[in-house]
Amino acid sequence: MSNQPQSANWPRWFDPRSRSLGTFGFILNRVTALGLTLYLLMHLIALGQLAKGADAYDGFIALVKNPLFKLGELLVIAAGVIHGLNGIRIALNSFGVGVRYQKSTFIVLMAVAVLVIAFFAFKMFSEG
Amino acid sequence: MTEQLWQVHFKVRRQRTGGKPYVQTFTLEVDPEEYILDAVERIWAFHDRTLTYRHACHHSTCGACGMRVNGREKLTCITTIRSVTQNGGTVRIDPLRNFPVVSDLVVDMGHFFLRMDKSGFNSVAPVAAACLPYEQPQSAESSTGRKPERLVDCIECGLCISVCPAANTDKEYVGPAVLASLHLMYSQNPSQEFINQADDHTGLWRCHSAYECTEVCPSGVDPAWRIMDMRKKVMSDRIKSIFRPRSQEKKNV
Repeated sequence: MSNQPQSANWPRWFDPRSRSLGTFGFILNRVTALGLTLYLLMHLIALGQLAKGADAYDGFIALVKNPLFKLGELLVIAAGVIHGLNGIRIALNSFGVGVRYQKSTFIVLMAVAVLVIAFFAFKMFSEG
Repeated sequence: MTEQLWQVHFKVRRQRTGGKPYVQTFTLEVDPEEYILDAVERIWAFHDRTLTYRHACHHSTCGACGMRVNGREKLTCITTIRSVTQNGGTVRIDPLRNFPVVSDLVVDMGHFFLRMDKSGFNSVAPVAAACLPYEQPQSAESSTGRKPERLVDCIECGLCISVCPAANTDKEYVGPAVLASLHLMYSQNPSQEFINQADDHTGLWRCHSAYECTEVCPSGVDPAWRIMDMRKKVMSDRIKSIFRPRSQEKKNV
């Protein structure tokens, strides 16, 4: 692996070893952004089923009721919540707000994210 | 000097220009209160005279001895062996990241120094400008009647560039030290020229708010705070320009 920045070094972008909390924020934002982009693509494919008629669409809906898909939906919610809340921290900091408290802001916002994700998980899996 | 010596294994990343990197282990008896740079010098002096590394002042002023110690960017002249390992333990030493390796632990920082130069970096500044606004500037009397000055904190060691995840993705990114320098220059002389240099996709907007630069900076420059402060300035200017009458805008052009 070259010592200089280049796209072949992409595994380094997700390597949190010997790094501080800020890098976890950086990695989380990238991973969730990639996940949400992938979801958008899948969402468009699913909507495309509408054009194939009611039977095709119903078949697809039956497929996504599978618990594995439910877990996927929970991951989408998690990605949205984490990305959104972390984005708020970055936006506030970029306006010069709370820059010196970015670490505690990150911890508080991620704690909120965990609570929101747990709430959705409970709702989704307890209601069948 | 402490009473007991430690046996420590130093795993040093070796590489000749253009050659393949490999790791060589040197086992030394060391005083845990010694610094990592002392151990590197001893490896060079008594084990392998071909080992290359940079150093000069030995007291965190020159910024030459920046390396990665157990994966973390450190100024090796002020990093004690005790702080990174234990008796019988291992210390991994690598060159800084995001710079071309010249040889072993020596990286080419020429491009970085040129960027610092272009930013107008001045190593001496009035006390108020050299201190961060949230710090309490020390009052200094000047017998000459001139404004008191001091050395600014940045020692151009490059640790902030090595640790920065954004610098890891884009070699065109000027990096935290250069942006901090532009902020410092702007605070001394509020000229649009410094803002224009920073307000670029390879400048202020490439930073992804990981704050690693501030974490590793051995001099307390707080580059991340300076980057955010400059962003605030750029954004407030942009928002104001929306409400500025067009006639005034033309005049400004």
